[in-house]
Amino acid sequence: MSSVEAPLRAKSVSSQVNIPKTELEKASIRFAGDSGDGMQLTGTRFSATSVMAGNDVITFPDYPAEIRAPAGTLAGVSSFDLSISSNEIYTTADFLSVLVVMNPAALKMNLQDLEKGGILIINSDSFEENDLRKAEYSENPLESGELNDYRVVQIPITKLTLRAVEETGLSHRDGVRCKNFFSLGVVQWLFVRSLDQTRDWIEDKFKNKPEIAKANVLALQAGYNYAITTELFQARYNVPPAVLPSGEYRQITGNQAFSLGCVAASLRSGLSLLYSSYPITPASDILHELAQYKNFGVKTIQAEDEIAAMSSSIGSAFGGVLAVTGTSGPGLDLKSEAIGYAVMAELPVVVLNVQRGGPSTGLPTKAEQTDLLAAMYGRHGEAPVPVLAPATPGDCFYMVLEAFRLALKYMTPVIVLSDGGLANASEPWIIPDVDQLPDLTSNIHTDPENFSPSNRNPETLGRNWAIPGTPGLEHRLGGLEKDIVTGEINYEPENHEKMVLLRDEKIRRIVKDLPPLELIGPEKNELLVVTWGSVFGPAFSVINELQTEGYPVSMLHLRHLNPFQEKLGEVLRNFKKVLVPEMNLGQLSRLLRAEYLVDAISFSKLQGRPFLISEIRNRVLEFFD
Amino acid sequence: MNIPVKPVSTVELSKADFVSKQTVRWCPGCGDYSILANVQKVMPELNIPRENIVFVSGIGCSSRFPYYMNTYGLHTIHGRAPAFATGLKVARPDLSVWIVTGDGDGLSIGGNQLLHMLRRNLDVNVLLFNNRIYGLTKGQYSPTSEQGKVTKSTPFGSPDMPLNPMLFALSAGATFIARTFDVDAKGMQEIFKEAAKHKGTSFVEIYQNCNIFNDGTFSAIYERSVREDRILRLKHGKPFIFGKEQNKGIRLNGLKPEVVDLRDGVNENELLVHDQYSRDRILANLLSGFDYPDFPVPMGIFRQVENSTYEEKIEEQIKSQIEKKGVGNLEKLLRGNHAWTN
Ligand code: SF4
Repeated sequence: MSSVEAPLRAKSVSSQVNIPKTELEKASIRFAGDSGDGMQLTGTRFSATSVMAGNDVITFPDYPAEIRAPAGTLAGVSSFDLSISSNEIYTTADFLSVLVVMNPAALKMNLQDLEKGGILIINSDSFEENDLRKAEYSENPLESGELNDYRVVQIPITKLTLRAVEETGLSHRDGVRCKNFFSLGVVQWLFVRSLDQTRDWIEDKFKNKPEIAKANVLALQAGYNYAITTELFQARYNVPPAVLPSGEYRQITGNQAFSLGCVAASLRSGLSLLYSSYPITPASDILHELAQYKNFGVKTIQAEDEIAAMSSSIGSAFGGVLAVTGTSGPGLDLKSEAIGYAVMAELPVVVLNVQRGGPSTGLPTKAEQTDLLAAMYGRHGEAPVPVLAPATPGDCFYMVLEAFRLALKYMTPVIVLSDGGLANASEPWIIPDVDQLPDLTSNIHTDPENFSPSNRNPETLGRNWAIPGTPGLEHRLGGLEKDIVTGEINYEPENHEKMVLLRDEKIRRIVKDLPPLELIGPEKNELLVVTWGSVFGPAFSVINELQTEGYPVSMLHLRHLNPFQEKLGEVLRNFKKVLVPEMNLGQLSRLLRAEYLVDAISFSKLQGRPFLISEIRNRVLEFFD
Repeated sequence: MNIPVKPVSTVELSKADFVSKQTVRWCPGCGDYSILANVQKVMPELNIPRENIVFVSGIGCSSRFPYYMNTYGLHTIHGRAPAFATGLKVARPDLSVWIVTGDGDGLSIGGNQLLHMLRRNLDVNVLLFNNRIYGLTKGQYSPTSEQGKVTKSTPFGSPDMPLNPMLFALSAGATFIARTFDVDAKGMQEIFKEAAKHKGTSFVEIYQNCNIFNDGTFSAIYERSVREDRILRLKHGKPFIFGKEQNKGIRLNGLKPEVVDLRDGVNENELLVHDQYSRDRILANLLSGFDYPDFPVPMGIFRQVENSTYEEKIEEQIKSQIEKKGVGNLEKLLRGNHAWTN
């Protein structure tokens, strides 16, 4: 058995031998514990330190739908993954190099993801009989031999933390809460990280509670020292800085990028922003974030329900502001009637849909890509809507700008499909140059001469946007069919057909306004892997590998899902086989088949988690057997 | 960052300026005609530039209203006019926003939207046309229809209890509540003007006759021959006296109101006196419960109190955050607090 039963009392510092440092290209670490153990915070702090050390870092939090499931149970396990690398990475690794578990439930839920021979750091204080029972262990895994394949490091984290914070006089309860920083200290030592940055962060975060700040710093330091003095590990790991394109970086999650994109769109369009939404996981953070930006003139409404969120957004668009709403899962269903109205009234509104596991309440905190067809067709009547999908957390920023560009130019609602993975995952992001962002200035119509709300730009077919407060442009918009010329109510059959075709044609014309497709790899090849949304990350990693290994495979990532970019059909037909990995039952592949009559083969995963690199790799390799 | 400043029209307007080109399509004889005419009559007197007025409606007969007004207008989806109006008014507090809804649109499918708009005290005016029936879908009972109402969808009588719109609005915290009826031109005009002046949500219930599917539903109350005996006209500071001969009054007996005959030696100063500005809801609550045949039906302003409005609070926060932090800088925002250079 490779387990190290660490002594409670630290050996004297002088007994420290020279622990070798091993250079690693990449490593993946997961902190797992009870929802109340502060694992998300620990993971976020470690990723911040790694970012500062120059690594490329991808994070992926995974938390339960229940806010606080009973402590110690399987349902209450919360975890935070991060992959750090000295090369560019696009997705978290399939298997973990280090797993930190704060209790038996966390062990049970996460052990399968640890690579054989990986480091398993365990808080041995929480393996009492009661803890084991709550985690549904009949035998103590620390004794059963089932951990023999791993390098187990048991540390009495709770006791050591309490001892470390003793001098602050904190209550037992508050003292125990510092144990996440103890575990962070251990891992920081393991990866040769300085504690300075974390210490500064703690001191700033708890500046109004100096005793808590002090205790957390003490716990952090104690963890670090403990690792030094006890020779718990045979080696330390150094992941050297990555060579990323030079520039100024920050860490960003998909939801943050959405929020910043909205503010940027407001400044680039000269229009005030109004974000109206109803709280729903995992989209609520966009509301939280934007609510802070009042000094940018941002107005936010926490609507009474999803329908009101959509409706008030459309109302605000009629008033001439930049209108945006966010939602997820069932919220998209509830918004669909009003989205159809925005199609009919031809008003610019952006809908940010952070997809989660469905149908119904489904898996609120997990990722899926199952709303594509709903975004395309989930409304009664012929109600075409442009659909966009960001590829990475940082890309959410640019896709919001693109959504507003299309909404304003074509006077239409636009749906942006993110997912629960992108929303909370983070990556280093090059801070864009504000002046290089697209100019979104729109022409608000003011000329009363021959005005009709149905006047259109002959090129884009975008309707004139005339807003209240403009003399001479008083007009009525509604959901009833409009006369193609005057904009007044018109029920005539021929007029209706003309209007249906016109609304359809308007969205089709967007094709001319999109950038050309970019293939990753040769234009003609054996196999094309087509992806959208967050599948970009794992698929891109696989394709890079396989292309280096010489396999005849190319990749095409789509950010525009309605309309598709020009020449997509031709591109698809240049390949013998087309594979579409998606976190749904083949929604994009169905669209491609219907649109271009190509045999797009679907590869599905519906586990609320991203594809593993190996899953896509193995599926692709089946074509070359 | 804001809406471009545009010239404001200053020409004197008349009723005709508020009549749109759209042909009015209500059934001949419908109560909606007179409401429309009186709204159009009042509009020029409000001294609001026409381009700053927006009528927002949901779905139903009454909700066709915006098409007939030569102002800005949004005919939206069923029940959601208050939500559309909320977005519009928060975006553009400078506009005068009017919501036209009905008993089905506002109190059935749109109950939630109306409730929350009233609670927030958005500064808009709501005209709720109550005809106690679904007209546009050809005659099913509505949430204000009396229990037992026989309609196409309830051939053996409706099992539902009706909703009292005034109590609904009052419970939601409405700051202005009034009632009027479609054949009372003078009463409507007065109330529309007061509603327009009120800062906050003005909720006006209008008894409206649907001569096709629910003809005469209010006749027992406002038929000219009986009207003065069955209606209590509310005037601030005046005692509750009604009747053709002005000889009936209402007083409190313990906690219960009762109708008394002034000829029976009841003294006028025993009667309840109307106080529309009372901040508590007791009197308005009492009035909302008065119904034919036990009591005369109150017409006029039940309650009118000042409170902050939703959009004003949002504007205040923006102002104070700008004062505190300065106008937001996008570059700084994008950089965040933990940027690094590679
Ligand atoms: S159905 Fe009734 S309410 Fe509707 S327009 Fe006809 S009369 Fe008026």
